[in-house]
Amino acid sequence: MIVLLLLLFCYLLYSLILYSELPVKLYSKNKEGEIGKLVWQKYNCNSCHQLYGLGGYLGPDLTNVYSSRSKEYIKSFLMNGTATMPKFNINEYEINSLIQYFRSIDNSGKSDPRIFRIKTDGTIE
Amino acid sequence: MVQLNNTNKSISRPFTITSILLLIVGMLFGIMGSLQYIIPGLLKEQLSFEKIRPMHVSSIIFWIIIGSVGSVFNYLQLHTQKKLYSRMLAKATFFIFSISIIVILFSYCFGIFGGREYWEFNPIIALPIFIGWILFMINFIKSIGSFRNQPVYVWMWLTGIFFFLFTFLESYLWLFPYFRNNIVNDMTIQWKSYGSMVGSWNMLLYGSSIFLMEKISDEKKYSSSPIAFALYFIGLFNLMFNWGHHIYTLPTYPFIKNISYLVSMTELLILGRIIFLWKSTLTKNLKHLNSITYRFILAADVWIFSTLLLAIAMSIPAINIYTHGTHITVAHTMGATIGINSFLLLAISFDILATHHNNDIGNKKYVNLGFWMTNISLFIFWISLIIAGIIKSKWQMTLNKEPFSTMMLQLKPFFIVFCISGMALFTGFILVISSLIKYHIFYKRK
Repeated sequence: MIVLLLLLFCYLLYSLILYSELPVKLYSKNKEGEIGKLVWQKYNCNSCHQLYGLGGYLGPDLTNVYSSRSKEYIKSFLMNGTATMPKFNINEYEINSLIQYFRSIDNSGKSDPRIFRIKTDGTIE
Repeated sequence: MVQLNNTNKSISRPFTITSILLLIVGMLFGIMGSLQYIIPGLLKEQLSFEKIRPMHVSSIIFWIIIGSVGSVFNYLQLHTQKKLYSRMLAKATFFIFSISIIVILFSYCFGIFGGREYWEFNPIIALPIFIGWILFMINFIKSIGSFRNQPVYVWMWLTGIFFFLFTFLESYLWLFPYFRNNIVNDMTIQWKSYGSMVGSWNMLLYGSSIFLMEKISDEKKYSSSPIAFALYFIGLFNLMFNWGHHIYTLPTYPFIKNISYLVSMTELLILGRIIFLWKSTLTKNLKHLNSITYRFILAADVWIFSTLLLAIAMSIPAINIYTHGTHITVAHTMGATIGINSFLLLAISFDILATHHNNDIGNKKYVNLGFWMTNISLFIFWISLIIAGIIKSKWQMTLNKEPFSTMMLQLKPFFIVFCISGMALFTGFILVISSLIKYHIFYKRK
């Protein structure tokens, strides 16, 4: 019982520390980007695409699509779809919000696994 | 051990039957999704992949959740030797969960989303699930009464119930802009909740499995032994702190990753114990090989070993950067949900629906064929995903990458094997389930 209570206390403390001290403290003031996240969820983009390697595997990882492709390229995919991706009835405002969302994700870091250096203890940096 | 009569079993049976229906529906969506991998554009306008995938995932998640809740209700009554605290609450839980999953599947079908990966439905549907879970929790706690000197499975059930509630609420913190307005913060909390949530339903299911094994072998020593509690604490420790291995590549706090790495390595103790006890477990299991319930438990044992081995390897950051974002992760998930969760739930379903005559079930020929078909096809399914993952990993690590579509074309032969073995897996499950259902109807009539 003591072990259980101790573990539970550590878990709740760990959770509270994470909630109060989130990893990124500079919040985006980009309203369009915030709406873009909801657009991303509205069309369930994560089913096929990944962000930081997490999500579906039918389409490519889009973490750094903003810096690797032009806005027009992204726009054209969103408007016309592909052989696999349907043509969504997505409006101009949603497209722009989604592009702003990609911009904020791109600013947060790189998802390319080649950037990591493996240390002898098995950790990465 | 007192056998539950039909009246008391009437509480758990609807859960078990509904969960089996969800397994069948989920597998059908899974086959459709795998066909979309090999035939690009299949049903693109009607049921495209962003609809099929959540339909498959949600059906399977609810097969595990509803099946586990049913198993807890069933074994709880056997354990306490009393009826449940409230049959009405149990019925309410069943109806709330059933209606929620129907609404969820229809909303996906019409392309109505709004949630995040794994809980893609509109967040408003989370409310009835939350209420249903609260009712389940009240019923469980009131039925148990005192937690003093309870065996390990009762603690596992309590842990599963509490942590599912906590992590389910936590997974909706994104509704607050404070948590969602930065991708790194959002994904850190998302995977903190998801990682522990999987551990929570595993606690429910493994608790029921321990109860079932003791019921079959008629030995009650294990569940109160120090080793059982030691393993429970290792499981709980991992449930609480090992979730960071999902986000090693995310630019979040390094301490999250280091804690997760260290905690994950404690699973080596579980792996070591499996190897150490391999021979005696096998001998014990072979004694009960005639029982289809025990046979699925034995198969789950083999899959626990393989999946745990893969999970431990993937928890090492140096290996994880190669496997992350590849189909090796999918292989791990499939091994765990099919080979462990589904096999254990099938064993439990046989116990709940076809008691007494478990050793002489319906048409044995079909059950045997189904059993071997599921296991062999799952192995081929698993291997094809691992090979596809290795090829994708090689592509991810290449300096001058070919386009994504070219890499996907290279994976196509493995997707074809994956799809065919998935169909064989479905056929195997159907053979087993149809015998179970046939027998259940026959037994009820008798």
